[in-house]
Amino acid sequence: MKNNWPLWEVFVRSKNGLEHRHFGSLHAADAEMALDNARDVYTRRSEGVSIWVVESKNITASNPSENGEMFEPAHDKVYRHPTFYNLPDEVKHM
Amino acid sequence: MKQDTLYQYILGIADNSLILGQRLGELCGHGPTLETDIAITNISLDLIGQTRSYYQYAAGLCDDGRTEDDIAFLRKEREYRNVLLVEQPNTHFGYVMVRQFFFDVFHLLFLKELQQSSDETLVAIANKAVKEVTYHQRFSSDWVKRLGDGTKESHEKIQEAVDDLWRYTEGLFYVTEVESAAVKDGIGVAVSSLKDAYYEHIKSVLTEATLSVPEHSFFQKGGKDGIHTEHMGYLLSDLQYMQRTFPNMNW
Repeated sequence: MKNNWPLWEVFVRSKNGLEHRHFGSLHAADAEMALDNARDVYTRRSEGVSIWVVESKNITASNPSENGEMFEPAHDKVYRHPTFYNLPDEVKHM
Repeated sequence: MKQDTLYQYILGIADNSLILGQRLGELCGHGPTLETDIAITNISLDLIGQTRSYYQYAAGLCDDGRTEDDIAFLRKEREYRNVLLVEQPNTHFGYVMVRQFFFDVFHLLFLKELQQSSDETLVAIANKAVKEVTYHQRFSSDWVKRLGDGTKESHEKIQEAVDDLWRYTEGLFYVTEVESAAVKDGIGVAVSSLKDAYYEHIKSVLTEATLSVPEHSFFQKGGKDGIHTEHMGYLLSDLQYMQRTFPNMNW
């Protein structure tokens, strides 16, 4: 059978307080079916408490061939990282 | 209530889940798409999980050391008490969904009543199962509407399944002697009282799906009394193959 259904991206929140994370993609005829399919494909081992689905075509992605101008300028600007502070010993878990 | 009557009553409930679970299990790996394949297998596992709870309870009522596996695998065809609807074959996806829909609507009404039983174990099983079956009904109703109100071909195919499987619906409401005894003791569900709500629900979904409700009033008898259709033997030979070939084998 040829599958003409559009592709959907699935985002799942694993527990309250955490953000939704991208879990994968699947095919479905519409949003309602995408939600049901996502429930069956991605949360059957109790991985989540909330699901978002969005049709893949609605996602605008950066172009890998433009990675140079998009990302490389950030590589040599170490001062943008908060690594130049001296932390007192009493501060833990940083 | 006599232990044996309770035992028989539990099997009457559980056998529906076992046989439908087995039917759906046959589809594992056969699609029609990856997503529906997993959904159908999930439903199958829900049903077999419910079956295990019932059979474990039933096995505990006997003092001859029998286990849930003995009950599932080592009975003869006439000792299975499932309704005829659930043993019908997976002719095509339309049949799979209509069979599921016809059963789910009954199953949910039934479990909601079973939650009021005076038997604590049955109430506990029903409380867990009711959430699973609520989803099953949502899934199968959704597909009946999609296929009915879909393309010309999908409409024709699902109408064919509705027309063919309709004759097995009334068997759901047949009351056996064991059931009457269980109802009298406050344990069992009076299935005949669910009938009006059942057909009302079924008809409203079929209408929404632009499908016609069959008018014929011939209903196939059997199932709960152990008299099955010709499909049952083949199903059981698959189901029981391992235990019959390698008696007492374990995982």
